[in-house]
Order: sequence, then C-alpha cells, then structure tokens
Amino acid sequence: MPVRNAAGGTALWQYALMRLLQAVPLLLGIIVINYLLIALAPGDPVTALVGDYPAPPEYIEQVRAQFGLDKPLWEQIARYVLNVVQGNLGFSFANRVPVLDLVMERLGRTLLLMFITISAATAMGIALGTLAARRPGSLLDTLATGVALTGYSVPEFWLGQILVIVFAVWLRWLPAGGFRDVRLELSGLDLYLNMLKHMLLPMAALSFRYMAITTRLTRASLLEVMNSEFILAARARGVSERRVFWSHGLRAAALPIVTVVGYNFSFIMAGSALVETVFGWPGVGRLMYDSIFYRDYPVLLGILLLVSVTVVIVNLLTDIAYAFLDPRVRY
Amino acid sequence: MAAPALAAKRNQLHALQAFWHRYRRNRLGVFGLAVVVVLLVVALLAPWLAPHDPYATSRNRFQPPLTPGHLLGTDQLGRDVLSGIVWGSRVSLLVGFAAAATAMVIGIAVGAVSGYYGGVVDAILMRITELFQVIPRFVLALLVVAFFGSGLGKLILVIGLLSWPQIARLVRGQYLSHKSLPYVDGARVLGMGSARIIFTEILPNVMAPIIVTASLDVAQAILLEASLGFFGLGDPNVPSWGGMLNNAQDFLRLAWWMSVFPGAAIALAVLGFNLVGDAINEATNPRLREG
Repeated sequence: MPVRNAAGGTALWQYALMRLLQAVPLLLGIIVINYLLIALAPGDPVTALVGDYPAPPEYIEQVRAQFGLDKPLWEQIARYVLNVVQGNLGFSFANRVPVLDLVMERLGRTLLLMFITISAATAMGIALGTLAARRPGSLLDTLATGVALTGYSVPEFWLGQILVIVFAVWLRWLPAGGFRDVRLELSGLDLYLNMLKHMLLPMAALSFRYMAITTRLTRASLLEVMNSEFILAARARGVSERRVFWSHGLRAAALPIVTVVGYNFSFIMAGSALVETVFGWPGVGRLMYDSIFYRDYPVLLGILLLVSVTVVIVNLLTDIAYAFLDPRVRY
Repeated sequence: MAAPALAAKRNQLHALQAFWHRYRRNRLGVFGLAVVVVLLVVALLAPWLAPHDPYATSRNRFQPPLTPGHLLGTDQLGRDVLSGIVWGSRVSLLVGFAAAATAMVIGIAVGAVSGYYGGVVDAILMRITELFQVIPRFVLALLVVAFFGSGLGKLILVIGLLSWPQIARLVRGQYLSHKSLPYVDGARVLGMGSARIIFTEILPNVMAPIIVTASLDVAQAILLEASLGFFGLGDPNVPSWGGMLNNAQDFLRLAWWMSVFPGAAIALAVLGFNLVGDAINEATNPRLREG
C-alpha cells in the first residue's frame, strides 16, 4: 500500500478522505435538485411527495406540515434535506412500503445485474481489444473494430428484444424474463443456477455496449503504448516480445479501462433500466417503469436520489483506484 | 472584395477541400455520411415515401414482412411498419439535431467563458457540470417528462439541457490551452475586447473537435429519444421508433418484425452519426499512424 511517495505527495488515504469531503457538497446538490423538481412540478407539490394516489387526508396534511410546504422555499429545501438524511424518502402507496426500503431492495438487484455485466463486458472487451492490437490491420482487427462500432450504436433494449425473440421464443433455450422460476421450489446451488439462467440474456444485452467501448479502448491504448519509448527500451534490453506485451504494455493500458468503467457507470445504470423493462427483471429500472404508470412520484424521486448517490460513490472509488494505480496522481 | 479578404476566402476553400480529401479516404466515414444523407432525404420526403398513413389501422393485423402492400409487415392494429419507420425518422432527426444544437450553444457559451476567464467563474461552472454528469441523464429526463409531460419541444429541451456539460468541458479544455497562445496575445495587443477574442479569434480554431462532438451528440440524442420513447414517454401524437419498440414489447412472440425493423433503423441512424463524428475526428486530428 503506497504511503508517502518520493515526491513528498500526500498518502492515498489522505487523498481518499479529501475526495470524500468533496463529494459531500455534490450529494447536497443532488438533494437540492431533487427538491427543485418537486417544487417546480405543476400542481400541488404535495402530489410530488405523495404520488398521484388517493391517500388518506391525514397523511397528506402530515406531509404538508413535515415538509413545510407553506413555508418559504429555502426552508422547504432545508426540511427536505433533513428528511432525506434521516432516511425519510416518503411512502409508496402503489407498493405499500416506505420508498427507501423499496428502492434499496430493487437497487440491490440492479447492482447485481450490473456487476456481472461489467465483469463480463470488461473481460471480453480486454480480450478482444488485445487480440485486435496484436495484429493491427488483420481480419481479426477489422472484425473486432466492427463489433465495437456496432455495439456502441445498438440500443440495448432493442438488443434485448432480439435476444428474447431468438433465444426465448424461437430456440427456447433461455427464459424470456423474470428473476427466477417462482413455481419451482429451489434452494442453494439450484437456486443460483436458476437465477444465472435468468440473468444470461439481460446481461448479454447490457454488456454488448460496454464490451464495445472496452474493446476500442484496449486496442487504442495498447497500440499507443506499444509504440512508445519505454516499450522500445524494454525491447532494446532484450525483454521477450511476449513479456513486453503482457507485463509492460497491458499494465499501462489498464488505467484508462478502469476509468472508463467507473465514469460510464451512470450510463450503464440507464441501460440497465431499459434492459430490465424488456426482461421484467425486478430491479430499479423496472420500478421506474411501473412507477411512471402508477404516477408514484416519491418513488421516482427516491430512485433519482439513490441512483445519483450510487454514481457519486462509484466515481469516488474510481478516483481512488486511479490514484492507486497511477502514482503520478496525487494532491 | 479587397485582396486580403479574397485570399482568406480562397484559403478557407482550400482548407475545406483538403479536409474533404482526407475525409474521403475513410471508407466507414463515407458510409456513415451516406446513411445520414439517406436519413435526411427519407425524413424530408416522408409524406411521399411512406406507402401508408402510419396511423391508419386496418384489418390486416400482424401481417408478416413481404405481405403485398406491407413490405415490413403490420402491427397489432394493422398499422404499416414501413410507414411508421419512414415517419419516425422525422422525430428522430428533429430531436437529434435540435437537442444537439441546444447543447452546443449552451456548452460552447459556458465552456468558453469558463476556460477563458478561469477563476471563480470557472470553479462554479465546473461544479455545476459535475453535478449534471453525476445524475444519470436518462433518469432525470424520465422524471422531468413524468412531471411536466412529454411533447417534442420538451423532449428537445430536456435532452439538450442534459447534454451540454460534456461539450462545456471539452470547450473549456480547448480554451484553456488556446488562451496562452501567441495569437491571442496578439489580439489583445491589437485592443480587441474579450468577447471578440473569444468568439472571433479562438472559436474558429477550436471548431474541429466541437464539430466531432456535435455529430456524436446527435447520435446520443437520437438514442436518448428512442430510450424515452421505449419507456412510453415520447410524444404520443407522432410515430417514433422508440414508441414502436415499446409497442412491440408485448408482441415479441407473435410479431418479431415489429421489433427488428424499427430497432434496426435506430441502430443505423446512431451508427451513421457516430461514424461521421469519428471520421471528422480522424480527418482533422494530426494523429500518429497506428501499427
């Protein structure tokens, strides 16, 4: 674990702490924007906080008082911030649970799908990009570049539909949607295998784009690195070509890949929302779709908030990982 | 025109010709340009190209492709898929261009001011862009549309307002590196005001990467509009590709053509603009040859 580096820069944990502190105003900003949406929405702000639902009038009055809807705007914002920080994101009447619990549960499932997707996409992308970079201009390279270009342009939800049509309807190899088979009483390994079977198609649909980005990036980074001076020096020292490629070249290319995944996280999340709708995967995206239908506004706001917070956390972790990997970055 | 002005115009023409020569060598770029041109033509001539009224329901429900009269089949209400795709191109292109234009105007303004002046203004603007970049665009767009209703104008505004931070960052970077260059000092010595320097001196030199981003932005805007349409948040009064996919979702088992063709249209359009953006990038960037 790097401590004080030779240049006398700060240690990693100090950098991490500083980034953490910098994240706080960002989080506050997100909460304020959330509330501005509530305040600016047409109609009674109470509707935004309760949802377009026949709620009991005592509850509506309680919400009105709690959020100070008749008080000046700055006080409303302050109250909202306090409520959020205490975990009160409102109540979902359509689902009959508090918003925070509902969103956290669904977010967990979405993150599961995303985690597997990112792992698979990154691994495949690095593999493909490496293959392409080893023989630039070859058929393999052209193929890989073609795949990368297509992947970047194809909408994930359409790809999901195509996969459903081919693999679930025509071939019947995989289920068309859902989290697991509810009818079968499964547990342990069987349960996990069943869940994996259900995750395969949504994961494939979601990962294509990120595999494409990673392939392109890996190829570009590797090509750039392989032409650089320190590779030339390694070759001049007599390091074997294979070693040059793997331990010198690939290591240098790893950095941009880490940042790509981290900073694309919000887009991956959006893609997940779309794919979940195609496959009926019970995650945060599906919840968004249903909540629009039910006009369950507190849930939508809660999702916006928690998803943004997740992105901030991921960005933070990415920054720290970047600082860890690249000793030139220090504060 | 005075001689120096004429010479300048001739130089510009030469530069443009040189650019086109370099662009032409990129086969994918030419293909992308062709796609974009075809798209524009289809969108403009939609009323004459579409074989049917895209809203017209009929008794020919779920007709597969290559049915006489319905080249790409019909949907659950007997509406012609091909006509839907032809008319849908209008929405996609309109939203794509308009939203990208909005994002560009705001992004260039913010980025130029931020990069040129620096200091507190820069710090504040960078915080704001950071905020916008952290909140997932799709979720925010969804919320705005859910609250304020959909409609083409609102869609364009929402997508444009969510896309400007990326451009602002790029422009800011460009201005940061250009403002210390000699030609800017020369302009200042000549007594040019800051606003004039920003827009007439630096901006033309910085346009190339901005145009690249513009093309990529149109691609992103089309994708975002399709995504919103898929979620049922597009304008319900106009046929849109995303909306067609939303419609197709319930009938995947019965009518694969309801999904395949509109989706292919989206993919092709996005691909076209992405390729054009990449090609412009390669034609304007002094890059090291690879391999």
